[in-house]
Amino acid sequence: MATAEPLLDVRDLRVSFRVFRGTLSVLDGVTLAVRPGERVGLIGETGCGKTTTLRAIMRILPREARVGGGQVLFAGRDVLSMNAGDLSAFRRKGASLVFQDPTAALNPVFTVGQLLDEVIKYSQGRAMPAKERRAVAAAALRDVALPDPARILNSYPFQLSGGMRQRVCIAMAIGVNRELILADEPGTSLDVTIQDQILRLISDLVAKRNVAVVLVTHSLGVVRETTDRVYVMYAGSIVESAPVKELFRAPLHPYTVALLECIPKLSGERISQGIPGSMPDYLHPPRGCRYQPRCPRAEEGCAAGRPPMREVAPGHSVACYRVAAQGGEDR
Amino acid sequence: MLSYLGKRLVGAVFVLAGLSVVIFLIARVVPGDPVRMALGPQAPQAVVEDLRKQLHLDKPLHVQYYYWVSGAVRGDFGISLMTNRPVTADLKEYLPATLELVLFASILHGLFGLILGIVAAAYSDSWLDNFVRVFAYIGVTTPGFVFAVLFMLIFGYWWHLLPVIGRIGYGVTVPPTITGMMTVDSLLTGNLPAFADALKHLILPSVALSMGAMSQEARITRSSMVENLNKDYIYMSVAQGIPRRIIMRKYLLKPSLIPTVTVFGLGCASTMAGAFLVELIFNWPGFARYGITGMLMKDLNVISATVLVVALCFVVVNIIVDLVVAYLDPRIRLQ
Repeated sequence: MATAEPLLDVRDLRVSFRVFRGTLSVLDGVTLAVRPGERVGLIGETGCGKTTTLRAIMRILPREARVGGGQVLFAGRDVLSMNAGDLSAFRRKGASLVFQDPTAALNPVFTVGQLLDEVIKYSQGRAMPAKERRAVAAAALRDVALPDPARILNSYPFQLSGGMRQRVCIAMAIGVNRELILADEPGTSLDVTIQDQILRLISDLVAKRNVAVVLVTHSLGVVRETTDRVYVMYAGSIVESAPVKELFRAPLHPYTVALLECIPKLSGERISQGIPGSMPDYLHPPRGCRYQPRCPRAEEGCAAGRPPMREVAPGHSVACYRVAAQGGEDR
Repeated sequence: MLSYLGKRLVGAVFVLAGLSVVIFLIARVVPGDPVRMALGPQAPQAVVEDLRKQLHLDKPLHVQYYYWVSGAVRGDFGISLMTNRPVTADLKEYLPATLELVLFASILHGLFGLILGIVAAAYSDSWLDNFVRVFAYIGVTTPGFVFAVLFMLIFGYWWHLLPVIGRIGYGVTVPPTITGMMTVDSLLTGNLPAFADALKHLILPSVALSMGAMSQEARITRSSMVENLNKDYIYMSVAQGIPRRIIMRKYLLKPSLIPTVTVFGLGCASTMAGAFLVELIFNWPGFARYGITGMLMKDLNVISATVLVVALCFVVVNIIVDLVVAYLDPRIRLQ
């Protein structure tokens, strides 16, 4: 599996937002790859560009956003330069995004049945009679463990609970067969137990159907349990990527180390202090390594230029000048 | 939906009942003695007292209200002091002309307000959008009577394109009165030349009347569509690969129409109010002049009846607006 061609190959993706005050360079060269059927976690603080990355992949950035460079290769073809027809096919059959807030992501004036029906209508390669589409829709709802699909199909989003709405969104993304699911912090707006259920539901579904997934989440526990590989993102670029076990066992980038230390441990006597400082201002990002102003191990050289991603161990890459090659930290 | 309609209707009855009290009182609070004004300063006091008695004006207010409201529910608004005819007969003559004008103007502002708004949203930030924006600014800020005079000057006086006075030209066979609306009556009787002529007469006043509401509706449609274009549920539809034209027509338009419909209701109301001046300018024999003269003469029955009719129109429009909004928005319909 490690040698398979990547299904999704994002290379040096740059996205900026033009706002009144100037230009925010939010994505500053994001590079990540997902192989077919692979479960990839994407972690990082709020505001580090995870959502922007996913939206840039789907090409649904807001008007003020500009893609400044890079490629999003899906099955070898660049999504960013696709024409309308190919782009539509990519969205209908290739990849799908599960939005963070299910309440905002469901059109309030259409029933779940109408919304799902439209998705099914366009995701199938052939014309399907309405009755058959309804059966597919009901099956999709059953797959996300929603009881009484007939009733839910006739319901409007506001008549459902938050958890049910999120399941409906997942059904819209996964119910029709696609190769890649991008899940943007699904369930963050819901309470913790529901959120956990949702994340487990997604990981079960992708495992069952052999669909690749990029799971953006704050829940490091879920990442540890349900993903194969993890990308750590900080201020618009990937700072470390590693197989999940290795990342948790031996994190290399100072940011990853600090992030993992934030997990409260049952056995620990003290609660983590968090990472001092805050995310940089995208209007005037720090020179060199963007983590350097907060980094306990920063030295003068860190501000000189962007540290490139280097593979320090098989499958384990890190973008930091202070990490020596061949594993292990030079502490 | 039916129970929703029922609730609205019951509400409307209460609103009308409350309004009838207010309207009744307003007409009577206005200073001046209506009977003396009707009979003139020369009339002997005894005659004035007689007429006052006849009009129940010697009774306490609540008794007067009882007389008035029990007549009103039967469609009898009493006798007009200035025309000496039943107010109902006067209304039958003047009201259809105003209704025709207001209805036509409302169709115009509803239709073109929507179209302009959708075009501006679909091509937002293009020259088309800017054109609509400037047009709407002018439309919102300029009162209807200014347009009326302007149109009269341009299309009537300079270019001689359209008639500027009255409802129908001389020498055209006037259709028999069925609804009282010239265009409708001429169509019903198959009198096409009269229809064409009546329509020509209708164009300038109704366009002048519709400009303000049209601009409001265009602005609100555009802004609500552009705002909703940035909503996650639209991005969701885009990300599902649903074609853009279907997203625009279905998933964007339906939620965006809700504020437009509300503004349309307000637009109908402002059209009705604006009709008073536009009618005077185009010499349109509607009930505006009738109502205004009635107010100046302090003709109690005329004032109460015209104001009540306008209020009734508002109530009806509001019920229709509420129903359309409820149709568009299940959150209102089902709660």
